[in-house]
Amino acid sequence: MDDLRAVVEALVFASEIPLSVERLKDVLAEPDRKAILEILQDIELEYRQRNGGLCLMEVAGGYQFRTKTDYAPWIKKLRGIRPVPLSPAAMETLSVVAYRQPVTRQEIEKIRGVDVSGSLKGLLEKKLTRIVGRKNVPGKPIMYGTTKRFLEVFDLKDLSELPTLREITEMEE
Amino acid sequence: MSYEVKLDIFEGPLDLLLYLIRKNELDIYNIPMALVTEQYLAHLEMMKALNLDMAGEYLVLAATLIHIKSKLLLPVEEGQGEGEEEADPRAELVRQLLEYQAFKEVALNLDKRKLLDRDVFKRIQPVEEVPEEPEDPMVEVSLFELIEAFKQVVERMDKEELLEIDTERISLSDRINEILEELSQQKSLSFTDMLKTSRTRKSIVYTLLAILELMKMRVVRAFQADPFGPIRIFPAVEESSDG
Repeated sequence: MDDLRAVVEALVFASEIPLSVERLKDVLAEPDRKAILEILQDIELEYRQRNGGLCLMEVAGGYQFRTKTDYAPWIKKLRGIRPVPLSPAAMETLSVVAYRQPVTRQEIEKIRGVDVSGSLKGLLEKKLTRIVGRKNVPGKPIMYGTTKRFLEVFDLKDLSELPTLREITEMEE
Repeated sequence: MSYEVKLDIFEGPLDLLLYLIRKNELDIYNIPMALVTEQYLAHLEMMKALNLDMAGEYLVLAATLIHIKSKLLLPVEEGQGEGEEEADPRAELVRQLLEYQAFKEVALNLDKRKLLDRDVFKRIQPVEEVPEEPEDPMVEVSLFELIEAFKQVVERMDKEELLEIDTERISLSDRINEILEELSQQKSLSFTDMLKTSRTRKSIVYTLLAILELMKMRVVRAFQADPFGPIRIFPAVEESSDG
C-alpha cells in the first residue's frame, strides 16, 4: 500500500498532463479504481497538511501537482514572465461559450450586445475554445465550445463544476 | 440638468446601461425609460466628443431605448387584454439585461479562480529550440493563387485514386481543428503537402474548405516566397488581439 502510494506520487509528478485515474489504473495494473482514488485523496491531504509549496489539484479530469497560490510572485520572478490576463471582453465571451456550448458567434453577440469576432479569435488562439461543428441553420454557422485546456487553466474538474447561472435558470423556469 | 458622466470603458452598450441602472439605484424590472435614455444619450455624446471609438452597437441600443420610451408614451389599447406584464415594451430589454448581467457575474467569478500560470503553476516542459531558418520575404497569397495551386494538386492526382469509393466520414470542423493542431506544432505548413496527405478527392476538398474558412476567420494566412513558389500557411498571430 505504502509502496503503491509512492508510485502514484511519482507518476503524477512525472506526467506532462493531469493524470487521470483511468491512466493510473492502466499503468499500475491496479484494477481497483476506488483504491487509487483513496491514495490520491491521501496524497492531496498530506500535501495540504505539510506546509510546503505544492498542492495536488484535480483538474480537467486528472490530477496534477501545482504550486500554491501564495508563491505565485516568486515563480513569476523566476520565469521572468508577466502573465497577460484575459481582457474583460474575452472573459465574458469565454463565459458565454462555456455555458452555452455549442454556441455560434451570432448567439454570443446577442447576449453580449457587441461584436465578438476579436475575442473569439483570441480565445481560439489561446486554445481555450475550439470549433465543435456547424449549426444546421441557413449559413451553417460555426459552433464553438471550450477545450480541455480551458478546464486546466481555470482549475475545473469538468464543465459541471461551473457554478450555475442563477438568474437565467430562474427566468427560464 | 447636469450629469456626472463616467468614462470608464464599458464592455458594450448593455454594460453601460447596467452601469446607469446601478448608479441610479433603479429597479431593473421597472426602468424609468426617460431618465435612463437621457443619461445613456449623454454618455454617447461624451464618448463622441472625446473621439472614443464608439461601435455601432451603442447607437442600436440608443434607438431601442428611444423606441421603447415612445411606446410607453402611447396610450395602452383597451380590449387587447393579454395581461399587462406581457405588453410591457421593456420586457425584452429587461430579459437581455438580466442575461447579460448573469454572464458578467460568471466572468468575474471565473477570473477569481486559481488560474494556471497566474496563481498556480505546473512544471514546464522544456521547449526544444528550433533554429530559425533564414527568412525569405513572403508575399501574401490571394484566393486565386490558392485555387490555382489546388487545381494543380488535383490534376496531379492519380486518376484511379479518384474513383475510390470513400466511406470515411469527415467533418469540416474536425479538419479545421486538425489543421490548427498541426499549425501549433509546426509554425507553418506547406499548402500542397496539406492537400497531398489527403487521399480522396473529398478529403482534399475538405482540406481546402478548412483552409479557406480559417483564412476568412483570420486565424491563418497564406504566404508565398516567390511567384509560383510553394505556398505556406501560417497562423495569423497578433499578440494583442484580445479585443
